[in-house]
Amino acid sequence: MITPTHYMLLSAALFIIGVVGVMVRRNIIIIFMSIELILNAVNINLVAYSYQLHNAIGQVFAVFVIAVAAAEAAVGLGIILAFYRNKETVNIDEMNLMRW
Amino acid sequence: MGEAVAFYTISAFILIFAVLVISTKDTVHSVLFLVLDFLFVAALYVLLDAQFLAAIQVLVYAGGIVVLYLFVVMLVNLKRPPEAYEDPHRRTKLGFGLAAAVLFELGVIGLYSYASPASALAANPTIPVTGNTEEVGWLLYTSYLIPFEIASMLLLVAMIGAIILAKREL
Repeated sequence: MITPTHYMLLSAALFIIGVVGVMVRRNIIIIFMSIELILNAVNINLVAYSYQLHNAIGQVFAVFVIAVAAAEAAVGLGIILAFYRNKETVNIDEMNLMRW
Repeated sequence: MGEAVAFYTISAFILIFAVLVISTKDTVHSVLFLVLDFLFVAALYVLLDAQFLAAIQVLVYAGGIVVLYLFVVMLVNLKRPPEAYEDPHRRTKLGFGLAAAVLFELGVIGLYSYASPASALAANPTIPVTGNTEEVGWLLYTSYLIPFEIASMLLLVAMIGAIILAKREL
């Protein structure tokens, strides 16, 4: 019997993998992909509860999350391209133009 | 039984591919593992009776967003991967430690809620349609019309912003 707890634990594990990716990688593109993994973990939670409660509202919010993820990817990748054009790198350790 | 087998198989693939996404050295391979990961998440949505969302996941994530990532990976031609640089201020162990602490916390919450499962709420009676896509569409165009419009406005703003950011000169 698969309960919502199973889905929550899967979603938590996926979320943690995303957090580890954000924290330990230095390639900004991989960090963005980790953020996508985190958003997917959130979506799994929403859909699991939508299934459990027999209510489609969770899926509606998952659609909104996907829209936000698409917007974030477009803008984020635009920023990466603009940054790469200036500094020839995607290393986040060198992204300190706005510091001080 | 069949549901359990499907769930464990799909979740194992999701987690394996997620680990590969963040651990592979080659960024292109990382993006390709991301596609596989998204496809297995779509399979999980089918298991959860959310066919519309599964289709959206394949079309928007695996088809759109990942291709965008692949384009950017191809455009930024790196001679030296960022991981080759050494940074003295880096705290990898602290990052792993914090992530493990959060995972432990979530596991405790999961076990706690396993002991006392939430009671199922009554089904939403106001929806006069049947079928997954119809239900989602009905909600999007009635109760959630304004958030839906705001989301479309957000996408428009993001599109214009991305064009302005990526353009060499206006």
